[in-house]
Amino acid sequence: MVYVDEYPKTSKLVRSEFIVAFGALAIGAIFGVIQALHRTGVFRGFVSSADYYTLLTAHGVLLALVFTTFFIAGLFSWAVSNSLERELPHRIAWAAFWVMLVGTVMAAVAIIGGLVGAPSILGHSLQADVLFTFYAPMKAHPAFYLGAALIIVGSWVAGGAYFKSLWEWRSENPDERIPLRTFMVVTTMLMWYISTIGVAVEVVVFLIPWSLGLIQNVDPLLTRTLFWYFGHPVVYFWLMPAYLVWYTVLPKLAGGRLFSDPLARVVFVLFLLLSTPVGFHHQYVDPGIPEGFKFIAMTNTMFLLLPSLLTAFTVVASMEHGARQRGATGYLSWLRNLPWGNPAFAGCALAGLMFAAGGFSGMINAGMNINYLIHNTLWVPGHFHLTVGTAFALTAMAISYWLVPQITGKKLQRRSLAVAQPYVWFIGMTLMSNAMHRAGLAGIPRRTAEPTYDEFAFEGVAGTVGEMRIQIAIGGFLLFVGAALFLIVMAETFLARRGGTLSVNGTLPDPLSGAEHSPRILDNYKLWTAIALVLIVIAYGPPLASMIADGITAPGSPPIPV
Amino acid sequence: MQVHNFEKVWLGVALLLIVGFIATIAYGSVGAGISMVDDSGGTISAQAVQSGETGTGFDDPGVVKQSDDHYVVYVVARQFQFSPGSGDNPIRVPADARITFKVTSADVTHGFSITETNINTMVIPGQVAEVSARFDETGTYGLVCHEYCGAAHHTMGGSVEVVAPSNYTAQQSQEVSA
Repeated sequence: MVYVDEYPKTSKLVRSEFIVAFGALAIGAIFGVIQALHRTGVFRGFVSSADYYTLLTAHGVLLALVFTTFFIAGLFSWAVSNSLERELPHRIAWAAFWVMLVGTVMAAVAIIGGLVGAPSILGHSLQADVLFTFYAPMKAHPAFYLGAALIIVGSWVAGGAYFKSLWEWRSENPDERIPLRTFMVVTTMLMWYISTIGVAVEVVVFLIPWSLGLIQNVDPLLTRTLFWYFGHPVVYFWLMPAYLVWYTVLPKLAGGRLFSDPLARVVFVLFLLLSTPVGFHHQYVDPGIPEGFKFIAMTNTMFLLLPSLLTAFTVVASMEHGARQRGATGYLSWLRNLPWGNPAFAGCALAGLMFAAGGFSGMINAGMNINYLIHNTLWVPGHFHLTVGTAFALTAMAISYWLVPQITGKKLQRRSLAVAQPYVWFIGMTLMSNAMHRAGLAGIPRRTAEPTYDEFAFEGVAGTVGEMRIQIAIGGFLLFVGAALFLIVMAETFLARRGGTLSVNGTLPDPLSGAEHSPRILDNYKLWTAIALVLIVIAYGPPLASMIADGITAPGSPPIPV
Repeated sequence: MQVHNFEKVWLGVALLLIVGFIATIAYGSVGAGISMVDDSGGTISAQAVQSGETGTGFDDPGVVKQSDDHYVVYVVARQFQFSPGSGDNPIRVPADARITFKVTSADVTHGFSITETNINTMVIPGQVAEVSARFDETGTYGLVCHEYCGAAHHTMGGSVEVVAPSNYTAQQSQEVSA
C-alpha cells in the first residue's frame, strides 16, 4: 500500500511542507544565479551593486533557513509516521506549519522591501540587507527578526508532534526498541532545541527590543557569539536529515541493506553531544575572546569529524553490499553495478561524494591556525555550497524523486529530466566550488558585489583570477539549470493525475545488524541530553560570563541602518 | 553491541587522524608560535571612536614608532574606509620590524585582512583587535574589508606599503614636515 493511502492526513502535511520548500528553492535559485553573474562581472544588469546584498540576504534566508526547515519538517513527518506506523498529531503539526509560514512571509517581505525603495512601515524602513548572519549593529526592520524567530519557534512546535507520536507509540510498545528513523528524528530535534536557544535569546532578548527602540544598545560581540552558538549546529540540523536518508533509504536504493543499525545510533548520539560546543571555531579571528576558549572549541570541532567519518564507512559499505547483491565482484568494479540511472540513487550518491570534498575543506576551516588563510574568503562559500548546497540540497532533491510519488500517489513525470538533474548539479557544483576554494586561497573575499579594488589586484595561487571567475559563472548557471530541472519535474508530478501503478516501493529492508544488537543505553535521551548540556556549559560558560561581566549591553552599539 | 572488524579498524584510524590534527595545531600554536587574535586588545566605546574622544591612539589613527624594531599602527574602520589605509592614505610601514596592528570599528562589524599574509581579523565595535607581524618583503599589499558592512561594502579596500627600513625614516620625517 502506498504511503498516501495509508497516512492520508500526514501526506497532506508533507505535501504542503514540500511545496513551501520548493517555492523557496525556486526564488533562492533565481537570486543565486543573478549573484553568480553579478559578482563575477559577467552580467551586472539585473540589480545595482548596492541591491546585490538584498538578493544575497534573500538567497541565504530562503535557501539556508526556509527551504531546509520546511523540507526537513516534511521529511521528518514522513519518517516518524512511517516508522511508528501512525498519523502525526495533526493539530500540532499544522500549527507548526502555519507559524513557520507566517514567519517566512514576514522575513521575506522585510527583505524584499529593500528592492522597492525601503518604504517606511510602522516607523521603520522596510529593509533587511543584513545577510543570513544578521550581525548587530546593522539593523533590519523588526519584521525580519520577528519572522526569523517565528520560523524557529514553528520548528520547535513541529518537534512536539514527533515527540507526542513517540510517547504514544512507547505506551503501546513498552519493550520495543525505538525504530531507527524515529530515533534519528528525535535525536536531531533534541540537538536543534539545545542549539537554537542561542539564536532565540539573541533575537528575542536583544535584537527585537533593540530594533524597536525599546533598548538603546546591544553588545555586538555577545550577540555575535549567541548567533554562532546556533550557527554551527544549524549545519548539523541540515546534515542529519541527509544522513537519515543515506542510512535508511540509500542502501535500499543501491539494492541492499544498511550495514549496522547500532552504529547509526552511535553516530546520531555523537552529533547530539558534540554539535553545539563548537561554535567558537567561527570566531577564531574575533577579538575579545581568549585563545584558550578557541582551543577548546577547536578540539570539539575536530572530534565532530568522527561521526561523519563513521558515516562515510557505513554508507559506502552499504552501497557496496547492495552492488554485490546485484552480482558485482572486484575491489572497485562493483561501483559500476550501482543504479546510476535511478535519479534518487544517483543524487544521494553524488551528494555523499561531494560531501567528502566539503568535509576536507571543513577540516581546514576548523584548523585554528590555517583558518587565518581562508577566513571570510570565497573559500568559505565554496565549502558550504558542498555541504548544505550539495550534501543536503542534492539529497533533498534526489529523495524527492522517490518520496513525492509516495506522498502524492502520482507517477514521477519527466523521468529523463530527473535522471539528468543530479549530474547537472554535480558538474555545476564542481566548477563553482573548486574555483571558489582557489579564489579564497588568493584572498578574494566572500559576500561582496564586486571583488575588485582600486588599490590592488588579486593574484591566483593556482590558475588565474579570470579563469576562476568564468568557472564560477558557468557553475552558478548550471546549478540554476539543475534547480530548474528539479522544479519542472516536481511541478508536473504534483499536477499530474493519479492512476497507474507506481514504480517506487516504500518498504525499507532490515539492517544486516539490527537494533537488537545495540545497547539499550543508546535510547536513553535524558542521559545524552544531560551530557550535551554539560559539554556546552564547559565550552560556553566561562566566555559568556566574561562577555557579560561588564553588563549585558556593554560595550554597546546603537542600531545602524544599512 | 556487534561491531564489525572493518568498522573497528576504521574507527581507530579516524580517531588517530583527529588526534593527529589536534596535535599539529597544538604544535603550530606552541612550537611554531602562531598565536591567535584574542582579548589582549581590550574593549573600547564605539561611540567614542566615532567622535574621536577615546584618549587613545585611535583619536589620531596612524603609525606610532615604539622603538627601531617595533611600530604600532592604529586603524579605525568605518563605513566604507580604513583610516589609514584607504584611497591615497595607505598604511606605510618598514620591512623587517615588528608591526602591531590595533584595529577597531566606529560603527558596524568589519573585516581587516592583508592579502598574501596571515593578517586576518574581525573588527567588532567595542573591541580592539590586535595582530602582530613582520613583513620580510617590501612592496604594496592589498587591504580588504571581508565582512559585509553595508551597501558600499565592495568599495572598502586599501593598501599597505612596506618600504625598506633605510627609506622609512626619511619618508616619516617628510610626513611630519608636510
